[in-house]
Amino acid sequence: MKTRKERIDRGIKARSQDIFVLCSWREMLYLAGPRLLPVVVCLALPLVLSVYWQKVLISVAVFALLAISWDILSQSGMISLGQALFFGTGAYCAGIMNHYWGFSPLITLPLAALFGGLISTVLLLPVLRLRGVYFSMVTLIIPLMLVRVIEATKIFGGTEGLSGMDPLPSAGFEVYLIVIVFLAVLFGFRRLMDSDYGLVLKGISDNDRSVINAGINIYWFKAQALFIAASIGAFAGAFMTHVYMFVGMPVFALDYSILPIAAAVVGGPGTLAGAAMGAFILVPLSELLRGIGGLRIVFYGVFLVVCIVALPEGVFHYMERKYHQFERWVEVEK
Amino acid sequence: MSTEPLLETVRLSKAFGGVQALLNVSFAIMPGELLGVIGPNGSGKTTLVNLITRFVKPTSGKVLYKGSPIHHLPPHQIVRLGIARTFQMVRPFYQLPAFKNMIIPLYSPRAKGLVGGRYGDRDAMALDLLEEVGFERDSFVAYKPAGALPQGYLKRLELAKAIALQPDLVILDELFSGLSLAEVASIVPIIEKMRIQGKTIIMIEHRLRELFRIADRVIVMNYGSKIADGPPDAVMEDDAVKCAYLGSETDSGD
Repeated sequence: MKTRKERIDRGIKARSQDIFVLCSWREMLYLAGPRLLPVVVCLALPLVLSVYWQKVLISVAVFALLAISWDILSQSGMISLGQALFFGTGAYCAGIMNHYWGFSPLITLPLAALFGGLISTVLLLPVLRLRGVYFSMVTLIIPLMLVRVIEATKIFGGTEGLSGMDPLPSAGFEVYLIVIVFLAVLFGFRRLMDSDYGLVLKGISDNDRSVINAGINIYWFKAQALFIAASIGAFAGAFMTHVYMFVGMPVFALDYSILPIAAAVVGGPGTLAGAAMGAFILVPLSELLRGIGGLRIVFYGVFLVVCIVALPEGVFHYMERKYHQFERWVEVEK
Repeated sequence: MSTEPLLETVRLSKAFGGVQALLNVSFAIMPGELLGVIGPNGSGKTTLVNLITRFVKPTSGKVLYKGSPIHHLPPHQIVRLGIARTFQMVRPFYQLPAFKNMIIPLYSPRAKGLVGGRYGDRDAMALDLLEEVGFERDSFVAYKPAGALPQGYLKRLELAKAIALQPDLVILDELFSGLSLAEVASIVPIIEKMRIQGKTIIMIEHRLRELFRIADRVIVMNYGSKIADGPPDAVMEDDAVKCAYLGSETDSGD
Protein backbone atom coordinates (compact mmCIF):
# COMPACT_ATOMS: atom_id res chain seq x y z
CA MET A 1 0.00 0.00 0.00
CA LYS A 2 1.50 3.27 -1.13
CA THR A 3 0.63 6.65 0.18
CA ARG A 4 1.12 10.11 -1.15
CA LYS A 5 0.90 13.53 0.37
CA GLU A 6 -2.11 15.57 -0.61
CA ARG A 7 -2.12 19.35 -0.31
CA ILE A 8 -5.38 21.24 -0.25
CA ASP A 9 -6.01 24.96 -0.01
CA ARG A 10 -7.84 25.86 3.15
CA GLY A 11 -11.42 26.91 2.54
CA ILE A 12 -10.85 29.79 4.90
CA LYS A 13 -8.34 31.21 2.40
CA ALA A 14 -10.98 31.72 -0.27
CA ARG A 15 -13.49 33.05 2.26
CA SER A 16 -11.04 35.49 3.77
CA GLN A 17 -10.36 37.08 0.38
CA ASP A 18 -13.87 38.47 0.20
CA ILE A 19 -15.91 41.10 2.01
CA PHE A 20 -17.54 38.27 4.02
CA VAL A 21 -14.36 37.98 6.01
CA LEU A 22 -15.88 40.71 8.17
CA CYS A 23 -18.56 38.25 9.29
CA SER A 24 -16.43 36.24 11.66
CA TRP A 25 -13.61 36.90 14.10
CA ARG A 26 -11.92 33.68 13.13
CA GLU A 27 -11.60 34.68 9.51
CA MET A 28 -10.56 38.22 10.35
CA LEU A 29 -7.85 36.82 12.60
CA TYR A 30 -6.75 34.44 9.84
CA LEU A 31 -6.28 37.45 7.60
CA ALA A 32 -4.86 39.91 10.13
CA GLY A 33 -2.73 37.45 12.14
CA PRO A 34 0.24 37.22 9.79
CA ARG A 35 0.23 41.00 9.45
CA LEU A 36 -0.18 41.82 13.13
CA LEU A 37 2.41 39.32 14.31
CA PRO A 38 5.48 41.11 12.87
CA VAL A 39 4.16 44.47 14.07
CA VAL A 40 3.68 43.24 17.63
CA VAL A 41 7.00 41.39 17.66
CA CYS A 42 8.92 44.38 16.28
CA LEU A 43 7.39 46.78 18.77
CA ALA A 44 7.88 44.43 21.73
CA LEU A 45 11.45 43.33 20.95
CA PRO A 46 13.22 46.53 22.12
CA LEU A 47 11.57 46.11 25.55
CA VAL A 48 13.00 42.65 26.16
CA LEU A 49 16.36 42.76 24.38
CA SER A 50 19.69 43.60 25.99
CA VAL A 51 21.56 46.72 24.85
CA TYR A 52 23.80 44.61 22.60
CA TRP A 53 20.87 42.89 20.89
CA GLN A 54 19.09 46.22 20.53
CA LYS A 55 22.04 47.29 18.37
CA VAL A 56 21.63 44.09 16.39
CA LEU A 57 17.93 44.90 15.94
CA ILE A 58 18.90 48.33 14.54
CA SER A 59 21.26 46.64 12.13
CA VAL A 60 18.52 44.17 11.16
CA ALA A 61 16.05 46.98 10.44
CA VAL A 62 18.64 48.90 8.40
CA PHE A 63 19.45 45.86 6.26
CA ALA A 64 15.74 45.09 5.96
CA LEU A 65 15.21 48.62 4.56
CA LEU A 66 18.03 48.08 2.06
CA ALA A 67 16.57 44.70 1.08
CA ILE A 68 13.11 46.27 0.58
CA SER A 69 14.75 48.98 -1.52
CA TRP A 70 16.45 46.29 -3.62
CA ASP A 71 13.18 44.38 -4.02
CA ILE A 72 11.27 47.48 -5.22
CA LEU A 73 13.93 48.00 -7.90
CA SER A 74 13.98 44.35 -8.93
CA GLN A 75 10.18 44.29 -9.23
CA SER A 76 10.50 47.28 -11.58
CA GLY A 77 12.97 45.39 -13.76
CA MET A 78 16.18 46.93 -12.44
CA ILE A 79 18.58 44.47 -10.82
CA SER A 80 20.77 46.64 -8.63
CA LEU A 81 24.16 45.64 -7.27
CA GLY A 82 24.64 49.04 -5.67
CA GLN A 83 22.46 49.52 -2.60
CA ALA A 84 25.67 50.99 -1.11
CA LEU A 85 25.24 53.97 -3.44
CA PHE A 86 21.90 54.85 -1.83
CA PHE A 87 23.14 54.03 1.67
CA GLY A 88 26.36 55.99 1.27
CA THR A 89 24.79 59.01 -0.40
CA GLY A 90 22.22 59.26 2.40
CA ALA A 91 24.90 58.81 5.03
CA TYR A 92 27.10 61.58 3.59
CA CYS A 93 24.09 63.90 3.11
CA ALA A 94 23.20 63.58 6.79
CA GLY A 95 26.86 63.89 7.78
CA ILE A 96 27.43 67.06 5.78
CA MET A 97 24.23 68.71 6.98
CA ASN A 98 25.03 67.91 10.60
CA HIS A 99 28.80 68.51 10.55
CA TYR A 100 29.03 71.68 8.44
CA TRP A 101 25.64 73.29 8.95
CA GLY A 102 24.73 71.97 12.41
CA PHE A 103 21.25 70.71 11.51
CA SER A 104 19.68 68.54 14.20
CA PRO A 105 19.31 64.81 13.42
CA LEU A 106 15.51 65.14 13.27
CA ILE A 107 15.93 67.49 10.29
CA THR A 108 18.85 65.76 8.62
CA LEU A 109 17.08 62.36 8.50
CA PRO A 110 14.15 63.37 6.25
CA LEU A 111 16.29 65.80 4.24
CA ALA A 112 19.00 63.17 3.69
CA ALA A 113 16.37 60.65 2.56
CA LEU A 114 15.04 63.23 0.08
CA PHE A 115 18.35 64.55 -1.25
CA GLY A 116 20.14 61.19 -1.06
CA GLY A 117 17.32 59.77 -3.17
CA LEU A 118 17.52 62.67 -5.62
CA ILE A 119 21.31 62.53 -5.99
CA SER A 120 21.34 58.76 -6.50
CA THR A 121 18.53 59.02 -9.05
CA VAL A 122 20.32 61.76 -10.98
CA LEU A 123 23.55 59.71 -10.96
CA LEU A 124 21.72 56.72 -12.43
CA LEU A 125 19.45 58.63 -14.85
CA PRO A 126 21.83 58.30 -17.82
CA VAL A 127 21.85 54.50 -17.53
CA LEU A 128 18.10 54.06 -17.02
CA ARG A 129 17.84 52.88 -20.61
CA LEU A 130 20.20 49.98 -19.94
CA ARG A 131 18.64 46.66 -19.15
CA GLY A 132 19.66 43.53 -17.31
CA VAL A 133 23.27 42.99 -16.36
CA TYR A 134 24.42 46.27 -17.97
CA PHE A 135 22.37 48.31 -15.52
CA SER A 136 23.64 46.10 -12.67
CA MET A 137 27.27 46.67 -13.59
CA VAL A 138 26.87 50.45 -13.53
CA THR A 139 25.17 50.38 -10.12
CA LEU A 140 28.05 48.25 -8.85
CA ILE A 141 30.71 50.62 -10.17
CA ILE A 142 29.32 54.02 -9.12
CA PRO A 143 29.68 53.59 -5.31
CA LEU A 144 33.22 52.22 -5.78
CA MET A 145 34.00 55.28 -7.90
CA LEU A 146 32.58 57.69 -5.31
CA VAL A 147 34.91 56.19 -2.65
CA ARG A 148 37.92 56.92 -4.83
CA VAL A 149 36.65 60.44 -5.55
CA ILE A 150 36.41 61.15 -1.83
CA GLU A 151 39.85 59.62 -1.22
CA ALA A 152 41.56 61.51 -4.04
CA THR A 153 39.98 64.93 -3.62
CA LYS A 154 39.95 64.77 0.21
CA ILE A 155 36.47 66.35 0.31
CA PHE A 156 34.19 65.72 3.30
CA GLY A 157 37.11 64.65 5.50
CA GLY A 158 38.70 62.42 2.88
CA THR A 159 39.91 59.09 4.28
CA GLU A 160 39.38 60.32 7.85
CA GLY A 161 35.66 60.85 7.34
CA LEU A 162 33.51 63.20 9.36
CA SER A 163 33.13 62.50 13.08
CA GLY A 164 31.45 64.07 16.07
CA MET A 165 27.90 63.92 14.73
CA ASP A 166 25.02 64.64 17.04
CA PRO A 167 23.48 61.41 18.35
CA LEU A 168 19.74 60.81 18.36
CA PRO A 169 17.97 61.97 21.57
CA SER A 170 18.05 58.58 23.35
CA ALA A 171 18.78 54.91 22.78
CA GLY A 172 15.10 54.03 23.09
CA PHE A 173 14.16 56.73 20.57
CA GLU A 174 16.82 55.41 18.23
CA VAL A 175 15.59 51.83 18.16
CA TYR A 176 11.89 52.71 18.01
CA LEU A 177 12.45 55.24 15.22
CA ILE A 178 14.09 52.71 12.92
CA VAL A 179 11.61 49.94 13.80
CA ILE A 180 8.60 52.18 13.12
CA VAL A 181 10.09 53.50 9.87
CA PHE A 182 10.81 49.91 8.83
CA LEU A 183 7.22 48.81 9.49
CA ALA A 184 5.78 51.87 7.73
CA VAL A 185 8.00 51.32 4.68
CA LEU A 186 7.20 47.60 4.57
CA PHE A 187 3.41 47.94 4.75
CA GLY A 188 3.21 51.22 2.82
CA PHE A 189 5.21 50.05 -0.17
CA ARG A 190 3.61 46.59 -0.15
CA ARG A 191 0.34 48.42 -0.64
CA LEU A 192 1.83 50.64 -3.35
CA MET A 193 3.16 47.65 -5.27
CA ASP A 194 -0.31 46.05 -5.14
CA SER A 195 -1.95 49.17 -6.60
CA ASP A 196 -2.35 49.95 -10.31
CA TYR A 197 0.81 52.05 -10.07
CA GLY A 198 2.78 49.05 -8.81
CA LEU A 199 1.27 46.96 -11.57
CA VAL A 200 2.78 49.32 -14.15
CA LEU A 201 6.19 48.92 -12.48
CA LYS A 202 5.84 45.13 -12.53
CA GLY A 203 4.74 45.37 -16.17
CA ILE A 204 8.01 47.13 -17.01
CA SER A 205 10.03 44.24 -15.58
CA ASP A 206 7.81 41.69 -17.34
CA ASN A 207 7.59 43.28 -20.79
CA ASP A 208 8.73 46.87 -21.17
CA ARG A 209 7.79 47.30 -24.84
CA SER A 210 4.23 46.38 -24.05
CA VAL A 211 4.15 49.12 -21.42
CA ILE A 212 5.51 51.65 -23.93
CA ASN A 213 2.81 50.44 -26.29
CA ALA A 214 0.23 51.40 -23.68
CA GLY A 215 1.34 55.02 -24.02
CA ILE A 216 3.29 55.04 -20.77
CA ASN A 217 6.71 56.67 -20.49
CA ILE A 218 8.64 53.82 -18.88
CA TYR A 219 11.69 56.00 -18.15
CA TRP A 220 9.58 58.35 -16.04
CA PHE A 221 8.16 55.40 -14.10
CA LYS A 222 11.59 53.77 -13.74
CA ALA A 223 12.99 57.07 -12.45
CA GLN A 224 10.19 57.23 -9.87
CA ALA A 225 10.86 53.65 -8.74
CA LEU A 226 14.55 54.49 -8.53
CA PHE A 227 13.82 57.57 -6.41
CA ILE A 228 11.58 55.58 -4.05
CA ALA A 229 14.18 52.82 -3.62
CA ALA A 230 17.06 55.29 -3.31
CA SER A 231 15.23 57.34 -0.66
CA ILE A 232 14.63 54.24 1.46
CA GLY A 233 18.31 53.31 1.22
CA ALA A 234 19.38 56.91 1.89
CA PHE A 235 17.27 57.06 5.05
CA ALA A 236 18.97 53.89 6.30
CA GLY A 237 22.37 55.47 5.61
CA ALA A 238 21.49 58.77 7.27
CA PHE A 239 20.21 56.91 10.32
CA MET A 240 23.44 54.94 10.70
CA THR A 241 25.46 58.17 10.46
CA HIS A 242 23.75 59.40 13.61
CA VAL A 243 23.97 56.01 15.35
CA TYR A 244 27.74 55.74 14.77
CA MET A 245 28.14 59.53 15.09
CA PHE A 246 30.55 59.14 12.19
CA VAL A 247 30.48 58.97 8.43
CA GLY A 248 33.36 57.82 6.25
CA MET A 249 34.30 55.81 3.19
CA PRO A 250 33.09 52.43 4.58
CA VAL A 251 29.48 53.53 3.93
CA PHE A 252 30.09 52.73 0.25
CA ALA A 253 31.37 49.24 1.11
CA LEU A 254 30.24 46.21 -0.84
CA ASP A 255 28.51 44.73 2.26
CA TYR A 256 25.68 47.20 1.89
CA SER A 257 25.15 46.06 -1.73
CA ILE A 258 25.48 42.31 -1.35
CA LEU A 259 23.84 41.53 2.00
CA PRO A 260 20.46 43.04 0.99
CA ILE A 261 20.47 40.84 -2.13
CA ALA A 262 21.28 37.76 -0.04
CA ALA A 263 18.41 38.72 2.31
CA ALA A 264 15.98 39.12 -0.58
CA VAL A 265 17.02 35.77 -2.05
CA VAL A 266 16.77 33.88 1.25
CA GLY A 267 13.44 35.48 2.13
CA GLY A 268 12.03 35.35 -1.36
CA PRO A 269 11.90 38.29 -3.76
CA GLY A 270 8.79 39.94 -5.12
CA THR A 271 6.86 40.57 -1.91
CA LEU A 272 9.02 43.06 0.09
CA ALA A 273 8.00 41.04 3.18
CA GLY A 274 10.27 38.22 2.01
CA ALA A 275 13.22 40.59 1.67
CA ALA A 276 12.61 41.96 5.17
CA MET A 277 12.27 38.43 6.57
CA GLY A 278 15.60 37.53 4.97
CA ALA A 279 17.28 40.38 6.86
CA PHE A 280 15.67 39.16 10.10
CA ILE A 281 17.25 35.73 9.49
CA LEU A 282 20.68 36.64 8.13
CA VAL A 283 21.80 39.52 10.37
CA PRO A 284 21.12 37.82 13.75
CA LEU A 285 22.60 34.58 12.36
CA SER A 286 25.78 36.46 11.52
CA GLU A 287 25.89 37.75 15.13
CA LEU A 288 25.28 34.30 16.61
CA LEU A 289 28.11 32.85 14.55
CA ARG A 290 30.56 35.36 16.01
CA GLY A 291 31.43 32.83 18.73
CA ILE A 292 32.76 30.36 16.18
CA GLY A 293 35.62 32.59 15.14
CA GLY A 294 37.49 32.03 11.90
CA LEU A 295 35.06 29.63 10.33
CA ARG A 296 32.18 32.10 10.74
CA ILE A 297 32.04 33.08 7.09
CA VAL A 298 32.17 29.40 6.04
CA PHE A 299 29.15 28.49 8.18
CA TYR A 300 27.36 31.58 6.97
CA GLY A 301 28.08 30.65 3.34
CA VAL A 302 26.97 27.05 3.85
CA PHE A 303 23.72 28.29 5.38
CA LEU A 304 23.13 30.54 2.37
CA VAL A 305 23.79 27.74 -0.10
CA VAL A 306 21.52 25.29 1.77
CA CYS A 307 18.79 27.92 1.92
CA ILE A 308 18.98 28.68 -1.79
CA VAL A 309 19.11 25.02 -2.85
CA ALA A 310 16.43 23.75 -0.46
CA LEU A 311 14.04 26.71 -0.69
CA PRO A 312 14.69 28.45 -4.01
CA GLU A 313 11.33 30.21 -3.78
CA GLY A 314 12.37 31.82 -0.48
CA VAL A 315 11.35 31.35 3.13
CA PHE A 316 8.46 33.80 2.93
CA HIS A 317 6.83 32.18 -0.10
CA TYR A 318 7.21 28.76 1.55
CA MET A 319 5.57 29.91 4.78
CA GLU A 320 2.82 31.72 2.90
CA ARG A 321 2.02 28.55 0.96
CA LYS A 322 1.99 26.38 4.08
CA TYR A 323 -0.25 28.87 5.89
CA HIS A 324 -2.92 28.56 3.22
CA GLN A 325 -2.72 24.76 2.85
CA PHE A 326 -3.14 21.69 4.90
CA GLU A 327 -1.53 18.38 4.10
CA ARG A 328 -2.54 14.79 4.68
CA TRP A 329 -1.35 11.36 3.64
CA VAL A 330 -3.77 9.52 1.36
CA GLU A 331 -3.57 5.97 0.06
CA VAL A 332 -2.78 5.53 -3.60
CA GLU A 333 -4.86 2.87 -5.33
CA LYS A 334 -2.95 0.25 -7.28
CA MET B 1 -15.67 61.18 -46.85
CA SER B 2 -13.33 63.79 -45.50
CA THR B 3 -10.52 64.95 -47.78
CA GLU B 4 -7.82 65.23 -45.09
CA PRO B 5 -5.99 61.92 -44.56
CA LEU B 6 -5.77 60.69 -40.95
CA LEU B 7 -2.28 59.28 -41.46
CA GLU B 8 0.15 59.84 -44.26
CA THR B 9 3.68 58.57 -44.88
CA VAL B 10 5.93 60.46 -47.26
CA ARG B 11 8.86 58.61 -48.87
CA LEU B 12 9.48 56.60 -45.70
CA SER B 13 12.74 54.61 -45.78
CA LYS B 14 14.64 52.40 -43.39
CA ALA B 15 17.99 50.70 -43.84
CA PHE B 16 19.37 48.23 -41.30
CA GLY B 17 23.06 48.49 -42.12
CA GLY B 18 23.27 47.50 -45.77
CA VAL B 19 19.80 45.98 -45.89
CA GLN B 20 17.17 48.34 -47.32
CA ALA B 21 14.11 47.16 -45.36
CA LEU B 22 11.85 49.91 -46.65
CA LEU B 23 12.34 52.28 -49.59
CA ASN B 24 10.34 55.43 -50.29
CA VAL B 25 6.96 54.16 -49.14
CA SER B 26 4.23 56.78 -49.43
CA PHE B 27 0.59 56.12 -48.67
CA ALA B 28 -2.34 57.82 -47.00
CA ILE B 29 -5.30 56.53 -45.04
CA MET B 30 -8.62 58.37 -44.76
CA PRO B 31 -10.58 58.49 -41.51
CA GLY B 32 -12.86 55.48 -41.13
CA GLU B 33 -11.03 53.42 -43.73
CA LEU B 34 -9.91 49.81 -43.31
CA LEU B 35 -6.60 49.45 -45.10
CA GLY B 36 -5.00 46.06 -45.66
CA VAL B 37 -1.24 45.72 -46.07
CA ILE B 38 -0.08 42.49 -47.70
CA GLY B 39 3.12 41.16 -49.18
CA PRO B 40 5.46 38.16 -49.06
CA ASN B 41 7.62 37.45 -46.01
CA GLY B 42 10.38 40.00 -45.49
CA SER B 43 8.70 42.59 -47.68
CA GLY B 44 8.79 45.25 -44.94
CA LYS B 45 5.22 45.17 -43.58
CA THR B 46 6.14 44.98 -39.90
CA THR B 47 8.97 47.47 -40.42
CA LEU B 48 6.36 49.89 -41.78
CA VAL B 49 4.31 49.50 -38.58
CA ASN B 50 7.40 49.89 -36.42
CA LEU B 51 8.30 53.11 -38.25
CA ILE B 52 4.80 54.60 -37.87
CA THR B 53 4.71 53.78 -34.13
CA ARG B 54 8.37 54.85 -33.86
CA PHE B 55 9.57 51.62 -32.26
CA VAL B 56 12.15 51.89 -35.02
CA LYS B 57 13.64 55.21 -36.15
CA PRO B 58 13.19 55.96 -39.87
CA THR B 59 16.32 56.60 -41.96
CA SER B 60 14.48 59.22 -44.00
CA GLY B 61 10.95 60.29 -44.83
CA LYS B 62 8.02 61.68 -42.89
CA VAL B 63 4.98 60.39 -41.02
CA LEU B 64 2.08 62.84 -40.76
CA TYR B 65 -0.81 62.25 -38.37
CA LYS B 66 -3.80 64.58 -38.69
CA GLY B 67 -1.54 66.85 -40.74
CA SER B 68 1.36 67.20 -38.29
CA PRO B 69 4.66 65.26 -38.33
CA ILE B 70 5.03 62.57 -35.65
CA HIS B 71 8.17 60.74 -36.73
CA HIS B 72 10.33 62.62 -34.21
CA LEU B 73 8.14 61.71 -31.18
CA PRO B 74 8.97 58.86 -28.76
CA PRO B 75 6.66 55.82 -29.04
CA HIS B 76 4.65 56.48 -25.88
CA GLN B 77 3.68 59.94 -27.13
CA ILE B 78 2.52 58.54 -30.46
CA VAL B 79 0.23 56.20 -28.53
CA ARG B 80 -1.11 59.20 -26.61
CA LEU B 81 -2.07 60.87 -29.90
CA GLY B 82 -4.39 57.94 -30.56
CA ILE B 83 -2.43 55.34 -32.54
CA ALA B 84 -2.60 51.90 -30.94
CA ARG B 85 -1.00 48.76 -32.29
CA THR B 86 -0.92 45.06 -31.61
CA PHE B 87 2.22 42.98 -31.92
CA GLN B 88 2.58 40.04 -34.27
CA MET B 89 4.36 38.18 -31.50
CA VAL B 90 1.95 38.77 -28.64
CA ARG B 91 3.46 40.65 -25.73
CA PRO B 92 1.35 39.99 -22.66
CA PHE B 93 2.53 40.31 -19.05
CA TYR B 94 2.89 36.58 -18.56
CA GLN B 95 2.92 36.57 -14.76
CA LEU B 96 -0.26 38.62 -14.38
CA PRO B 97 -3.85 37.36 -14.69
CA ALA B 98 -5.42 38.26 -18.05
CA PHE B 99 -7.61 41.04 -16.65
CA LYS B 100 -4.70 42.57 -14.74
CA ASN B 101 -2.92 42.85 -18.11
CA MET B 102 -5.61 45.34 -19.07
CA ILE B 103 -4.87 47.61 -16.11
CA ILE B 104 -1.66 48.89 -17.68
CA PRO B 105 -3.25 50.36 -20.85
CA LEU B 106 -6.16 51.58 -18.70
CA TYR B 107 -3.61 53.36 -16.47
CA SER B 108 -2.03 55.18 -19.43
CA PRO B 109 -2.53 58.98 -19.56
CA ARG B 110 -4.70 58.71 -22.68
CA ALA B 111 -7.14 56.15 -21.26
CA LYS B 112 -7.24 57.97 -17.91
CA GLY B 113 -8.03 61.25 -19.65
CA LEU B 114 -10.76 59.82 -21.87
CA VAL B 115 -12.53 57.32 -19.63
CA GLY B 116 -11.19 58.14 -16.18
CA GLY B 117 -11.30 55.44 -13.54
CA ARG B 118 -9.95 55.36 -10.02
CA TYR B 119 -7.95 52.64 -8.30
CA GLY B 120 -10.28 49.66 -8.01
CA ASP B 121 -12.64 50.78 -10.82
CA ARG B 122 -10.20 49.55 -13.42
CA ASP B 123 -10.71 45.87 -12.61
CA ALA B 124 -14.37 46.17 -13.63
CA MET B 125 -13.46 48.17 -16.75
CA ALA B 126 -10.88 45.52 -17.67
CA LEU B 127 -13.42 42.71 -17.34
CA ASP B 128 -15.94 44.63 -19.49
CA LEU B 129 -13.37 45.16 -22.24
CA LEU B 130 -12.31 41.52 -22.15
CA GLU B 131 -15.93 40.42 -22.46
CA GLU B 132 -16.18 42.61 -25.59
CA VAL B 133 -13.38 40.66 -27.29
CA GLY B 134 -14.77 37.29 -26.29
CA PHE B 135 -13.48 36.36 -22.83
CA GLU B 136 -16.57 34.65 -21.45
CA ARG B 137 -17.86 36.54 -18.43
CA ASP B 138 -19.05 33.52 -16.49
CA SER B 139 -15.86 31.50 -16.99
CA PHE B 140 -12.55 31.60 -15.17
CA VAL B 141 -10.52 32.48 -18.24
CA ALA B 142 -10.09 36.21 -17.52
CA TYR B 143 -8.53 35.36 -14.14
CA LYS B 144 -5.96 32.91 -15.50
CA PRO B 145 -2.34 34.07 -15.75
CA ALA B 146 -1.65 35.27 -19.30
CA GLY B 147 1.14 32.67 -19.59
CA ALA B 148 -1.46 29.89 -19.31
CA LEU B 149 -3.80 31.20 -22.03
CA PRO B 150 -4.04 29.60 -25.48
CA GLN B 151 -2.96 31.57 -28.56
CA GLY B 152 -6.51 32.56 -29.53
CA TYR B 153 -7.09 34.28 -26.19
CA LEU B 154 -3.67 35.94 -26.25
CA LYS B 155 -4.53 37.54 -29.60
CA ARG B 156 -7.86 38.74 -28.19
CA LEU B 157 -6.07 40.09 -25.13
CA GLU B 158 -3.66 41.94 -27.43
CA LEU B 159 -6.66 43.41 -29.29
CA ALA B 160 -8.40 44.37 -26.03
CA LYS B 161 -5.25 46.15 -24.84
CA ALA B 162 -5.31 48.24 -28.03
CA ILE B 163 -9.04 49.00 -27.65
CA ALA B 164 -8.52 50.05 -24.03
CA LEU B 165 -6.42 53.00 -25.23
CA GLN B 166 -9.45 54.51 -27.02
CA PRO B 167 -7.45 54.92 -30.24
CA ASP B 168 -8.49 56.73 -33.43
CA LEU B 169 -6.17 54.58 -35.53
CA VAL B 170 -5.60 50.89 -34.79
CA ILE B 171 -2.75 48.99 -36.43
CA LEU B 172 -3.23 45.22 -36.27
CA ASP B 173 -0.01 43.38 -37.09
CA GLU B 174 -0.93 39.87 -38.28
CA LEU B 175 -3.76 39.48 -35.82
CA PHE B 176 -5.06 36.36 -37.58
CA SER B 177 -1.77 34.47 -37.84
CA GLY B 178 -1.76 31.21 -35.90
CA LEU B 179 -5.53 31.20 -35.44
CA SER B 180 -8.02 28.63 -36.67
CA LEU B 181 -10.76 29.55 -39.15
CA ALA B 182 -13.34 29.47 -36.36
CA GLU B 183 -11.24 31.81 -34.20
CA VAL B 184 -10.78 34.23 -37.08
CA ALA B 185 -14.52 34.14 -37.75
CA SER B 186 -15.15 35.09 -34.13
CA ILE B 187 -12.70 38.02 -34.22
CA VAL B 188 -13.97 39.55 -37.49
CA PRO B 189 -17.19 40.87 -35.87
CA ILE B 190 -15.07 42.65 -33.23
CA ILE B 191 -13.17 44.44 -36.00
CA GLU B 192 -16.41 45.31 -37.78
CA LYS B 193 -17.77 46.73 -34.53
CA MET B 194 -14.69 48.92 -34.20
CA ARG B 195 -15.36 50.26 -37.71
CA ILE B 196 -18.93 51.13 -36.81
CA GLN B 197 -17.53 53.08 -33.85
CA GLY B 198 -15.60 55.13 -36.42
CA LYS B 199 -12.12 53.79 -35.86
CA THR B 200 -9.61 53.75 -38.70
CA ILE B 201 -7.84 50.42 -39.04
CA ILE B 202 -4.66 49.23 -40.75
CA MET B 203 -4.37 45.44 -40.95
CA ILE B 204 -1.11 43.71 -41.83
CA GLU B 205 -2.21 40.27 -42.90
CA HIS B 206 -1.17 37.03 -44.55
CA ARG B 207 -4.68 35.56 -44.53
CA LEU B 208 -5.80 37.22 -47.75
CA ARG B 209 -9.23 35.61 -48.04
CA GLU B 210 -10.38 36.87 -44.63
CA LEU B 211 -8.75 40.27 -45.16
CA PHE B 212 -10.31 40.91 -48.57
CA ARG B 213 -13.81 40.40 -47.16
CA ILE B 214 -13.45 43.36 -44.82
CA ALA B 215 -10.80 45.67 -46.34
CA ASP B 216 -11.75 48.82 -48.30
CA ARG B 217 -8.34 49.17 -49.88
CA VAL B 218 -5.16 47.11 -50.01
CA ILE B 219 -1.49 48.03 -50.29
CA VAL B 220 0.91 45.38 -51.61
CA MET B 221 4.53 45.46 -50.52
CA ASN B 222 7.49 43.64 -52.03
CA TYR B 223 11.21 44.05 -51.28
CA GLY B 224 10.51 47.13 -49.15
CA SER B 225 8.56 49.03 -51.79
CA LYS B 226 4.88 49.58 -52.42
CA ILE B 227 4.01 47.82 -55.69
CA ALA B 228 0.22 48.23 -55.76
CA ASP B 229 -2.50 50.26 -54.03
CA GLY B 230 -6.24 49.95 -54.65
CA PRO B 231 -9.44 48.04 -53.95
CA PRO B 232 -8.86 44.32 -53.17
CA ASP B 233 -10.23 42.96 -56.47
CA ALA B 234 -8.24 45.37 -58.64
CA VAL B 235 -5.02 44.72 -56.73
CA MET B 236 -5.17 40.97 -57.23
CA GLU B 237 -5.47 41.46 -61.02
CA ASP B 238 -2.29 43.58 -61.04
CA ASP B 239 0.60 41.95 -62.89
CA ALA B 240 3.27 43.10 -60.45
CA VAL B 241 1.32 41.56 -57.56
CA LYS B 242 0.87 38.25 -59.35
CA CYS B 243 4.57 38.28 -60.03
CA ALA B 244 5.44 38.92 -56.37
CA TYR B 245 3.17 36.21 -55.03
CA LEU B 246 3.45 33.55 -57.72
CA GLY B 247 6.85 34.27 -59.26
CA SER B 248 7.34 35.59 -62.80
CA GLU B 249 7.36 33.55 -66.00
CA THR B 250 11.14 33.70 -66.29
CA ASP B 251 11.61 32.70 -62.62
CA SER B 252 9.45 29.61 -62.94
CA GLY B 253 10.73 28.79 -66.42
CA ASP B 254 14.23 27.70 -65.50
